[in-house]
Amino acid sequence: MGYEAIIGLEVHVQLKTKSKIFCSCSTEFGALPNSQVCPVCLGLPGVLPVLNKTALEYAIKAALALDCRIAKESIFARKNYFYPDLPKSYQISQYEEPLSSKGFVDIITDGKLKKIRITRVHLEEDAGKLLHEEVKDSTLIDFNRCGVPLIEIVTEPDIKSPREAREFLAILKSILQYIGVSDCNMEEGSLRCDANISVRPSKEETGKRGNGETGKELGVKVEIKNMNSFKAVEKALEYEMRRQIKALEEGKRIVQETRLWDENKEITISMRTKEEAHDYRYFPEPDLVLMEIDREWTERIRKSLPELPEARKARFSRDYKIPDYDAGILTSSKELADYYEECIEAARRSPVADRRSPVAGRKFNKEIANWIMSELLRELKEGNIGIEECKARPQALAEMMTLIDKGILSRKMAKEVFVEMFETGEKASWIIKKRSLVQISDEEALTKIVDKILKENPRVVEDYKKGKEKALGYLVGQVMKETKGRANPQIVNKLLKEEL
Amino acid sequence: MSKITKKDVEYVAKLARLKLSEKEKEKFTKQLDQILKYVDKLNELDTKKVKPTSHVLPLKNVFREDKIKKSLEVEKTLENAPEKARGFFKVPKVIE
Ligand SMILES: [Zn+2]
Repeated sequence: MGYEAIIGLEVHVQLKTKSKIFCSCSTEFGALPNSQVCPVCLGLPGVLPVLNKTALEYAIKAALALDCRIAKESIFARKNYFYPDLPKSYQISQYEEPLSSKGFVDIITDGKLKKIRITRVHLEEDAGKLLHEEVKDSTLIDFNRCGVPLIEIVTEPDIKSPREAREFLAILKSILQYIGVSDCNMEEGSLRCDANISVRPSKEETGKRGNGETGKELGVKVEIKNMNSFKAVEKALEYEMRRQIKALEEGKRIVQETRLWDENKEITISMRTKEEAHDYRYFPEPDLVLMEIDREWTERIRKSLPELPEARKARFSRDYKIPDYDAGILTSSKELADYYEECIEAARRSPVADRRSPVAGRKFNKEIANWIMSELLRELKEGNIGIEECKARPQALAEMMTLIDKGILSRKMAKEVFVEMFETGEKASWIIKKRSLVQISDEEALTKIVDKILKENPRVVEDYKKGKEKALGYLVGQVMKETKGRANPQIVNKLLKEEL
Repeated sequence: MSKITKKDVEYVAKLARLKLSEKEKEKFTKQLDQILKYVDKLNELDTKKVKPTSHVLPLKNVFREDKIKKSLEVEKTLENAPEKARGFFKVPKVIE
């Protein structure tokens, strides 16, 4: 029997502010434990939280980028629960009157566009970090993360497969990085994702049985936590789908519970905590005042939004005339897309670009795209560095591409040049000069070498004259060897044919 | 009719991590019930057209700029901690 999954995600994203949401402590990652705390974020008596304006504006920016409606008036609420990571015994969050609601994100699934609705995006503070393994029978607490601004993004249960969940997260991450409100680094915990999943017989199945009832019912929801990468989210949901389907087919009941993803064993494990219903007893936070966000403010922030990934991808394939696939890869991160555009721009302005050459034309745009997608991305991956740290700047790459375009540099030599450029950040023309790598296109110089090779290989020349085409390739190879790969192969070919 | 039962008191006490004796439970059941009955008087007013109050002061949009100020010294932060270890607060283990 066929089943379908119904998945909703709850994503927490750390906002990239310098200071915390309600106090002036730094949000810098990796500081000494408990070195970035103060009476406000420690929840000491008598303190008053004051909202960080940038945190609010980032949250509005994110909500707008996700096509949410911004509430005219919004308030904070206390979410009450006891856990050692929460020194106040409540988390300042939002409940009624959240910052924004009713947005959506378009994802592409099976080549089709699909809308995933966003229920709400609201602001809240992060909790401290607990370490359970350091000291026996104890838990250690670092409150540095306490009070770091977060947005919580909740989706409607519109996601129908683990694959879609991963797709959604990838797009969400790229949007949030594009607008510059978060690093969305899952390893450092600046993007965290929990999922709700249930299964039910798929629509076709219920249709077959002529029973509309079963398919409409949502199955029992299970919450999954502790997924530390996009891949883990997909795997955990796949596992959970299998587990629930198996239970249903064996006639077992699915328990509403929270399960943890075990990365090593690749299974989900019940948290086994007594299922006391969560009763957070939310009430309006009396220490913080109303946020009134008027139209003018919202519009000002809306205008500050950069071009979002989808739009940029469309523009890349339209304006640069590169394939959709290339445009998709190049716009997958804002930095990479900026790099590509700076390259094209630099090539256009380059003094070596003469008017007759196809520089800045369709073919050239594709050449640059190819080079970035193969050579550059490979070097970045091997060096495990981000494009923003890359020493080979777009201007340098653009110069190199124009040198290839003009026939001064062969593609093969360019690969070597690029490796050095990547390491040192030097310009291609400088590397070429230093290593005397210039392609030899000078016919007079090449004729001498060709003559020499012909003299040294009389038998091969014989073979060629008898009609053995392959012999020519051997001779070209000898010339290349003699010039250490610097000879222009087209000219060598031409000269050899003339001589023969 | 009493609104609050002993069960309610036990539930609220549990959420608040309070350990109450049987005698206290009975006492608080009665007291909470009285308090709620007193507050119930408010229900006699028609508040259909009144917006719920979220804050008693007529203030809105109070913000601070995103600037870092010095945090507390670690020693100072941990001064009142009942237990500490290696710069961390230390508490009884919360998971198995
Ligand atoms: Zn603080």
